[in-house]
Amino acid sequence: MTRRAPVLLALVAVGVLFAYPFWWLVSASLKDRSHVFDNALLPAPVSPQNYTEVWRAVPLLAWVGNSVAVGVAAAVAATVSSAVVAFGFARFRFRGRTVLFGLVLATMMLPAAVTMVPVYLEWHAVGLATTQIPLWAGNLFGSAFYVFLLRQFFLGLPAEVFDAARVDGAGPWRQFASIALPLARPGLIVVFVFELKAAWTDLIRPLIYLREPELYTLPRGLKAVLDRFGQGGEAQWELVMAASVVATVPMILLFLVAQRYFVRGVVTQRVEE
Amino acid sequence: MVSAREARAGWLFVLPWVVGFLLLTAGPMLYSLGLSFTHYDLLRPARPAGLTNYREILQDERAAKALWNTVFFTLLHVPLLIVLALGLASLLRRAGRSAGFFRTVLFLPTMTPPVALAALFLLLLNGQNGAINAMLGWFGFTGPQWTTDPAWIKPGLVLMSLWTVGSTAVLYLAALTRVPGERYEAARLDGASPWRQFWHVTLPGISGTVYFTLIVNTIASLQVFTEAYTMFFGARPSTPAEGDAALFYVIYLFQEAFGSLRMGYASALAWVLFLVIAAITALQVRLSRDYVQYEDRS
Repeated sequence: MTRRAPVLLALVAVGVLFAYPFWWLVSASLKDRSHVFDNALLPAPVSPQNYTEVWRAVPLLAWVGNSVAVGVAAAVAATVSSAVVAFGFARFRFRGRTVLFGLVLATMMLPAAVTMVPVYLEWHAVGLATTQIPLWAGNLFGSAFYVFLLRQFFLGLPAEVFDAARVDGAGPWRQFASIALPLARPGLIVVFVFELKAAWTDLIRPLIYLREPELYTLPRGLKAVLDRFGQGGEAQWELVMAASVVATVPMILLFLVAQRYFVRGVVTQRVEE
Repeated sequence: MVSAREARAGWLFVLPWVVGFLLLTAGPMLYSLGLSFTHYDLLRPARPAGLTNYREILQDERAAKALWNTVFFTLLHVPLLIVLALGLASLLRRAGRSAGFFRTVLFLPTMTPPVALAALFLLLLNGQNGAINAMLGWFGFTGPQWTTDPAWIKPGLVLMSLWTVGSTAVLYLAALTRVPGERYEAARLDGASPWRQFWHVTLPGISGTVYFTLIVNTIASLQVFTEAYTMFFGARPSTPAEGDAALFYVIYLFQEAFGSLRMGYASALAWVLFLVIAAITALQVRLSRDYVQYEDRS
């Protein structure tokens, strides 16, 4: 026990250091304008009207709605399509499979910035470049990391269940939908929550595609709030902090309910080359 | 023997990825390679430009500045991230029953949207009254002007990024628990100090994971965008000194493409970045052959 004491002491110190910015954020979001920089642990006076004020100043509710819609669409699209593709790689033998799967892994290393411009031009060419569709529709084709992750899950399922189903006359699609999918549920949840988080926190694509403030997702809206109420000139940082809390809290809740799936996803991240 | 039916089913299942690869990866890459030899502003048809764009990059001081900033950030960020994550993972490994709680605390910052993170740290890093300099003050240090002094902007951004070290620490923790206990016992019997155990047992045991995080985080750091863009660019016309110190390569690419609508030039910039990242990754792969031991995974 005494051997563990210094470790715990160090962890408590680290824990305080890592929790402090959250505390500071929430506290600042409840301070009035003259106290927002005072670094006091507790706001005095408490100013909850920051939240109603930012609510009135910008279409925060619409942004939350957009983020939920885009996030869920992105997550569902990524989960379903990656599962289909992963099952193909895990379950069936076909010529070219190894090469193709190598290609999947290779695209994981591909810097996204390289396709940013041409993919925008594609959406521009089909007239959808200023809609929310480019924020999630790319996920309909399976994404490399999730294909890799779900393939691991499918490979872990016993082959006998599929053989038995085949004997009973189940075709490939039924083997996938009624046997593989239910058994790989934890993997599907990992993909869903990972992609939900990725879409919820993304800034660069909303910056590229969204023009109308009514279409903004929360990060894009928060950037607009920062530009206007932060360094932009009006200097109402307490409103920026309140909007930041609104953007962050859903992700904290998501983590608290799905913690083990996030940890599992991170741990499975490593690809053997 | 591969049955034709099975092969057909396999191809049908992987078809979405093949279509997506052609439409969103391979096609766009070839498209952007072609565009990089043109001038294109979306309004008029693309005009052939030969090697003009690539020649311009060689003389473009902002591109050079952006590349330097990005390499500097990466060289500072990635090693610090790996060392800190290793330290935290070692602590968690010895934490016993409270490890789960501390793992949650360390992981939570990684859930923060980068825009919120950047807005928050603009205030925490503030040179006059920010909380970070206040803390440094308790120990008698006078903190720098993290958000306005060009020399301290990149270190400030690194400090901010380290707050999200948690996911890497969790990955290392998983790797640490896979190192066979017998190796430590053998080392102890040989009288190895904890430090020597770390160098000769722990590090070789997790070298594959460390190597993986080195590659992935290098690639990500060379594309750093959101936090720096949020803090120093956008609607606010940033004062030149700050803007230049935080001008990272993808920010410059983004400005050229979507601010100036120079799609051809931006495509050339993108291909240069691609080649730089590919070269650095290849170098890391080559070096790793001498140092990485692949741990047994079952």
